[in-house]
Amino acid sequence: MVHIKRLQEDGADIIAIIGEIDASSSIELDLSIAKSVGEGFRKILVDCSALEYISSAGLGVFMSYIEEFKDKNVTMVLFGMKEKVMNTFAILGLADLLLIRDSKQEAKQLANELSV
Amino acid sequence: MRTKALIRLTFLSAVICWLVLVFSDVTVLFARDRGLDPGVPLWLPRVMLDLYIIALFYYYKFRIERDESLNFTDLLWKVFATGLISTVLSLSIRLILTVLGSTTLSTNILFQDVLYQINFALFLSFLLAAFTSWKRLILYQKSKWLIRMWTVFEFALLVILLYNTIQIAIADELKVILMVLFGILAIMLSANMKWVAYLNFRQKWTSILILVLTLFYIGYFFWSVVWNLPAELGERKGMYLSFGDHYFNLCLFFFVITYSVFSFLVILFNLPTSSVFEQKLEEVVNFQRISQSIQTEQNEESVYKILLESSVSSVFADAAWLEIRGANNEARFFTYHISEEESRNIAFHLKSNNVKGILDQNTDKTKNLSKHLAGLKGTRFRSLLSFPILVKGDTIGTLALLKELPEGFNKEMTRIVSAFANQAGISIENFRLMEEAFQNERYKEELKIAKTVQKSLLPDKLEKDADFEVSAFSQSADEVGGDYYDTIRIDDHQVALIIADVSGKGTTAAFHMSQMKGIFHSLAQQDLDPKEFMQRANRALVFCLERGSFISATYFAIDTKVKKIRYARAGHCPVLFYRANTRQAEYLKDRGTALGMIKTKDYCNFIDTNVISYASGDIMVLYTDGITEAKDQKGEEFGDDRLKSTLLEVTDKDPKEISEYLIARLYEYSGTHMINDDYTNMIVKFK
Repeated sequence: MVHIKRLQEDGADIIAIIGEIDASSSIELDLSIAKSVGEGFRKILVDCSALEYISSAGLGVFMSYIEEFKDKNVTMVLFGMKEKVMNTFAILGLADLLLIRDSKQEAKQLANELSV
Repeated sequence: MRTKALIRLTFLSAVICWLVLVFSDVTVLFARDRGLDPGVPLWLPRVMLDLYIIALFYYYKFRIERDESLNFTDLLWKVFATGLISTVLSLSIRLILTVLGSTTLSTNILFQDVLYQINFALFLSFLLAAFTSWKRLILYQKSKWLIRMWTVFEFALLVILLYNTIQIAIADELKVILMVLFGILAIMLSANMKWVAYLNFRQKWTSILILVLTLFYIGYFFWSVVWNLPAELGERKGMYLSFGDHYFNLCLFFFVITYSVFSFLVILFNLPTSSVFEQKLEEVVNFQRISQSIQTEQNEESVYKILLESSVSSVFADAAWLEIRGANNEARFFTYHISEEESRNIAFHLKSNNVKGILDQNTDKTKNLSKHLAGLKGTRFRSLLSFPILVKGDTIGTLALLKELPEGFNKEMTRIVSAFANQAGISIENFRLMEEAFQNERYKEELKIAKTVQKSLLPDKLEKDADFEVSAFSQSADEVGGDYYDTIRIDDHQVALIIADVSGKGTTAAFHMSQMKGIFHSLAQQDLDPKEFMQRANRALVFCLERGSFISATYFAIDTKVKKIRYARAGHCPVLFYRANTRQAEYLKDRGTALGMIKTKDYCNFIDTNVISYASGDIMVLYTDGITEAKDQKGEEFGDDRLKSTLLEVTDKDPKEISEYLIARLYEYSGTHMINDDYTNMIVKFK
């Protein structure tokens, strides 16, 4: 089960994931990211502080946007990840591909720098 | 065969009885006329008559009552045919006599008696044929009481028959009372006319005609055996066997004529309403057609067509249309005597005049919309009745019926068509459910095939070497899993190993797994550096994997000559490596991104070849995340640490035992054998 909240702060779209992301709930995550992109946000911050577990399907969602973000010049930064979740990203080698920061502040800063 | 023999036997007995009857009667008459001793018993003709009646009764019982193939009109035809034959025979004798004119023979009393007996016998035969047929008609819809009544009636007839022969003296008053009682019974039985309702219009007319003719025959015979007696016979009443002497004959005659008259009248008065009955019957048939259409036909379209036809014919509509909204909200029209354009016009007119909830897809009420049509010019219709077609509570279409007369639909019609529309809805719902079930069944079948494919993708035998031993175990959660492992010999001192996990489950995972197998078998033989292997595999896979899916894998090349392992980890779970000399196990968490994630040549920056050396007693544990992520009752994962400590418990065992032990511990930990993921382990132990 997952609950996804979106709120806007300083021109950035913050997507907060609460709960677990498995094969079925990954569709929800995909939808909310797609919506955010569709609404024209250039800075997308993903709040993973309440993310308890992410399956390979969920990781697939993040990864599937990499190319698109590059083309559209969108910056996505993930932050606040728990160690266990971080480990999942690391094992799959996604930690090097995605922008991951510890806190929201750092994430926002990075997004601002990159989207200039 | 038996029935046929019985028919012949009874007929033959009847003929013999009759011959004896005629001979004895003539003898008696002759003797009495001359005042001589007849030489035969005086009761003989009477007894013979009884026997004749009983024989004929059974003859008709076998011929008419037991014949299941006869329907109502057939029964009437049988009576008619028997009557016709009897009458024609009787009339031809009369004709011959007339031609002969007044001769000594024709005035001879004995000859006249023979003729009389012929007519008498024919009449009785006809009456008995009618009696048997009427019995079947009366007992068409049996009830306990009716059968009892009939048994009493037949028994009474038998008693009357015997009474005539035995001739016990009974007081006249009692005789009258008994006769009245019998008459009441006969009339009560004659009130059973249910079969008439099942005749259609044409059959009713046929029946009326046959009944009229039947009555005519009865009249003719009655006239010829009772009234129109030759003067010579009339004078000698009581000396010969006559129709009127026998109560049985009178009773039979009374019953046959009563039922004939009753039937005639009932059918006559039923004629005007028979079209209504036929209409009702047609409705029932139409109803069945709708409900059975799903089994016999194979699509929804036929249901719509049958619905349209049935509704139109049930309410005598001049035109009708059926509008069905498809999944993409596209309207389809089925029309009857009206063009699609005209239907749309009427629908549009009603909409533009703000007549709400009529052809509206969302209404669940049926409405008579006659008054709204008056305002529409250029249409010949003055009445409109519309119904929604509901499937699982959703309106999928509208049925509209039109008439040229104003106020052309009544409540009854509304009720019928409403029932049709409901039934059509149910049929379509059933049809869809069946389709769904078929799809499910097909899906299951596909999964089964995919499972077989997947099973066959995993190797039966693993590569053996003097330097190490390998054992593996794999189990998939769903019908099809995405875990893959394999080994292949590169050359005499090198063996390649792979373990991979395809993201996602089901059929697609199995297909990706087969791609992975193809890649492994083609690339591994080329003795590539693990990094190069992964790069090429990535290049091959990026175009095959759909958006969001990837494959994590670790590739090993074990070189027994230099006792070194080169490997590349592409996002797969880190290998657990046990070193025998230090008695320590550690995870080899090297860098590496899963296959299919990076679609460009940049992938070479995200993957490395690593080298480690091995010694005797070292153990390498390859596994998929199904093992480390298996949860216990509290939701806690099995985890890396638990895997490591489990391994340390069994380092002195051989690979197969280690593998089994790990799985056993895993089951013990999760408390079930039904782990909700694919899980695989592969143990390599060096010698």
